[in-house]
Amino acid sequence: MSTNGAYPIDRIRADFPILSEQVRGKPLVYLDNGASAQKPSAVIEQISRTYETEYANVHRGVHYMSQMATDAMEAARVKAQEFLNAADEKEVIFVRGATEGINLVASSWGRANLKPGDEIILSVLEHHSNIVPWQMIAEQTGAIIKVVPIDDAGEFLVDEYEKLLSPRTKMVAVTHVSNALGTVVPVKEVIRLAKAQGSAVLLDGCQAVPHIPVDVQALDVDFYVFSGHKLYGPSGIGVLYGKQALLEAMPPYQGGGEMIDRVTFEKTTYAELPFKFEAGTPHIAGIIALGTAIDYLNGIGFDAIAAHEHDLLTYATDQLSAMNTIDIVGTAADKAAILSFNIKDVHPHDVGTILDHDGIAVRTGHHCAQPVMDRFDVAATVRASFGLYNTRDEVDVLVSGIKRVQEMFA
Amino acid sequence: MEKPVLRTPSIDRAPKPDYIRHMTDIETIDQTTQEIIDEFAFFDDWVQRYEYIIELGKALPDLSDDKKDEAHKVPGCQSQVWFHARQEDGRIYFDADSDAMIVRGLVALLLRVYSGRTPDEIIGTPPAFFEVLELGSHLSGSRANGLHAMVTRIHAYAKAFRDEGSDISPDNVVPIKPGALN
Repeated sequence: MSTNGAYPIDRIRADFPILSEQVRGKPLVYLDNGASAQKPSAVIEQISRTYETEYANVHRGVHYMSQMATDAMEAARVKAQEFLNAADEKEVIFVRGATEGINLVASSWGRANLKPGDEIILSVLEHHSNIVPWQMIAEQTGAIIKVVPIDDAGEFLVDEYEKLLSPRTKMVAVTHVSNALGTVVPVKEVIRLAKAQGSAVLLDGCQAVPHIPVDVQALDVDFYVFSGHKLYGPSGIGVLYGKQALLEAMPPYQGGGEMIDRVTFEKTTYAELPFKFEAGTPHIAGIIALGTAIDYLNGIGFDAIAAHEHDLLTYATDQLSAMNTIDIVGTAADKAAILSFNIKDVHPHDVGTILDHDGIAVRTGHHCAQPVMDRFDVAATVRASFGLYNTRDEVDVLVSGIKRVQEMFA
Repeated sequence: MEKPVLRTPSIDRAPKPDYIRHMTDIETIDQTTQEIIDEFAFFDDWVQRYEYIIELGKALPDLSDDKKDEAHKVPGCQSQVWFHARQEDGRIYFDADSDAMIVRGLVALLLRVYSGRTPDEIIGTPPAFFEVLELGSHLSGSRANGLHAMVTRIHAYAKAFRDEGSDISPDNVVPIKPGALN
C-alpha cells in the first residue's frame, strides 16, 4: 500500500479498529487527523483496563487501588516528560488540552508578568486558541498584541518578526506547525531571537507532536502545549510543559483540591509542582492512556512516521497540483502532512459534503484560524491532514472524489 | 454515469416572487412536502439526489450583495446563509441565499415549503420531510449543513410576524442565540 517498504502499514492499520468501519457503504478514508486522530487498540484497551483493574482517586488514598492508579498516572507523567525531553517530571502539567494549557499560561503567567504597554507577539498562523486567551489577558493588563505576518506561501516571516521584537516584548506565543496550512515555523530561530530580547516563549505544539520529535531543552522554550487527542490519545487530556523556575513563580490558575498544601480560612498554602496547577481530580484514565499513546508512537518511531507522512504529502500534493482547477493554500518549503486546498468555483462546504458520501473525512471551514483565511482572502478551505495510518490508496480515493465533485458542479 | 432526468414539476425558473406565489396558492404545505418527497423517491442514488439539489441551487435567484449583510446572516451554519422575510396579506415571503451551492439547493427546498405561508402554517411544520430525502441530513448532518439553523430562523420570523403583527420590520427579529440551535 505504501512505497515505503519498511513501514509496517498493514499492521499499523490493523491497530486502529475504526479504520475498518464503513461510512455510507464505503470504507472510511480518514483524512481529518489535524482535527483529531483515531485511537489504536492499545489506547482504547488501556482506558478499559484502568477502570477494570486499577482505578481509584489518586494522590490521597492509602489503599491499594489508589496507589495503583497514582503510580500509573505518575508513570504517564514520566512518559510525557521523556516525550518532550523535559528536565524534570514536575515540569509536566496535565491539562484538558492545549486550549486549557494556553489559557493557564496567559492567565497565571500573564497576570503576574504583564504590565500596560508590554507586548505579546503572535503570528497570523495562530489557531484561535492561541489568540483569544492573549487578547483576554491583554485587555486585563493593558498589554499590546503584535502579529507576525506570513508570505504568499504561508511562511512565517522571520525578518518581520525580528522587527517586532523589542525590550517591550514579554511573550512570544506562536504555533510550531500551522493547523490550517501545515507550515513548520522555524521555532529554533524564533526562540533564539526572543531570548536575545529577554522575552518568554510559548509554542503551540498541537500539530507538531504527532509528526516531529520535540526536545524542549534543545529548543530552550519556556512553555510548550499539546493535546492528547491529536496524538492518537484520548480527548480531554493534554500537556503543558513549563520551565520549573517559571512555573514555581506563577500563581495557581484554579483553586481546589489536589493543589493545596494546607488550607485554613486565614491562609492557604499551595502544593508543590506539578500539583499546584492540577486542581481537582484529574482525568486519570485519560492521562494513563495518553502515556500508552506515547508508547505506541515510540514503538513505530518518529523517523518512520515522518518519512511515511512526507511520502503521503508529496504524493497528494503532486496529484492535486496536476489538476489545474485546484488551488493549494499553503506551499511552505517545510510542511507537516497537512494539505489545504480549494476547487475552483466550488465552495469548500460543498466539496466536503460530496466527499463525505464517498466515505472521505476532510475538514472544511476556517479551521479556527480565520486570520489565515483572511490573509489568503478565502472564507474557507478543504483540509486533508494525514496520519501515520493513511495510505497512497487513500490519497487516490481523495483524488477520485475531487474529480467527482468537479463533474457534479461543472 | 448517466445523468438523472430532472423532474422539476414545480420549479418555475421565472424570477420570484411569481414562482413562489404560483405554487403556494395552489398547494397546501403538506402537499408541497409530499411532492418533494415524491421527487426524491425518483432518484436511484445519492449522486442523483445531490445533482438535483445542485440544480435547484443553481436555479435559485441570487440575493443582491447589499442584502448579504451581517444582520440577515443565519448563525450556526458552516457556510454563509442569509435570510430576508416580508409579510403580505398575512403570508410570509422569504428570500435567501448561501455561498455554498448545496446549501442553496436546500434553501430552494425550504422556500418551496415555507415561503408564502401563514405564520401558523410555518410554525406548525417542522422540517421532518428532510429526513425522508436521504441526503444524510439526519440530526448531525442537519447541523453541518445549517438546515436546523435555517428552519429555526424561518420559525423565528414566523413567530415575530404572528406576535408583532404586520408592522414589524424583519430586521427587528431577535437574532437567534447559538445555544438555541443545538
